[in-house]
Amino acid sequence: MPTRILIPTPLRGYADQQEVVEAEGATVGELLANMTARYGSLRKHLYNEDGKLRSFVAIYVNDDDIRFLEREATPVKDGDTVSIIPSVAGGAGRRA
Amino acid sequence: MLTLTAGADRGIRRHGRETYPYECCGALIGSGERVVEALALPNAAEKEARRRFRVRPTDYLAAERRASELGAGLLGFYHSHPDHPARPSRYDLEHAWPGFAYVIVAVDRGEPAALTSWRLREDRSAFDEEAVTVAAEGGAVKRTGETPCPPGF
Repeated sequence: MPTRILIPTPLRGYADQQEVVEAEGATVGELLANMTARYGSLRKHLYNEDGKLRSFVAIYVNDDDIRFLEREATPVKDGDTVSIIPSVAGGAGRRA
Repeated sequence: MLTLTAGADRGIRRHGRETYPYECCGALIGSGERVVEALALPNAAEKEARRRFRVRPTDYLAAERRASELGAGLLGFYHSHPDHPARPSRYDLEHAWPGFAYVIVAVDRGEPAALTSWRLREDRSAFDEEAVTVAAEGGAVKRTGETPCPPGF
């Protein structure tokens, strides 16, 4: 059964403007691999040159950050929702 | 050009005043290039909050949900620069996403001052400033400049 993956606003342009895509996979890693096989231009925004998930992107399974689970080996089951969440940060950047 | 409703403009400025000398942050919700709501979010930068802001992933999701509830979209984010110009820093550039509007309000000695909006170039080399219009009943009341922001600023 496919799992729902929520695509954040800045990445929808790389997924045919879809808010939600569905993909098959038993783990987060498999899901993302299947999704990026379909939407190739998403890949560079999710993975770095070494093929690792970018630090500026968080992946949640339901309400849990996979960095505190089993990372890309985190299993997904029927009814789970996977969210791709861009890190939003910034600031004046000098010491006050 | 980005248009803010008068309420959104007031909300961003008020938030910057309230959190001074720390940075505030929030989401810009609306349609097209018109922001109808500035959703205040907690700054998760904690000890670095005088010069940094960070939006928690769960707050990011809340902003996306709020946009959906309003039948609108997430257009970008705002933050304040306490006692610092309303121009993006190198750190802002490194953390920006394409397509989003990044509104910065300078807060000088506790009082909101210049408010600007910036968009990341597709090649991530720099931001370009876009004009900001504040709309009120009866029409636009204020507009700021529109200039490129070269790398190495």
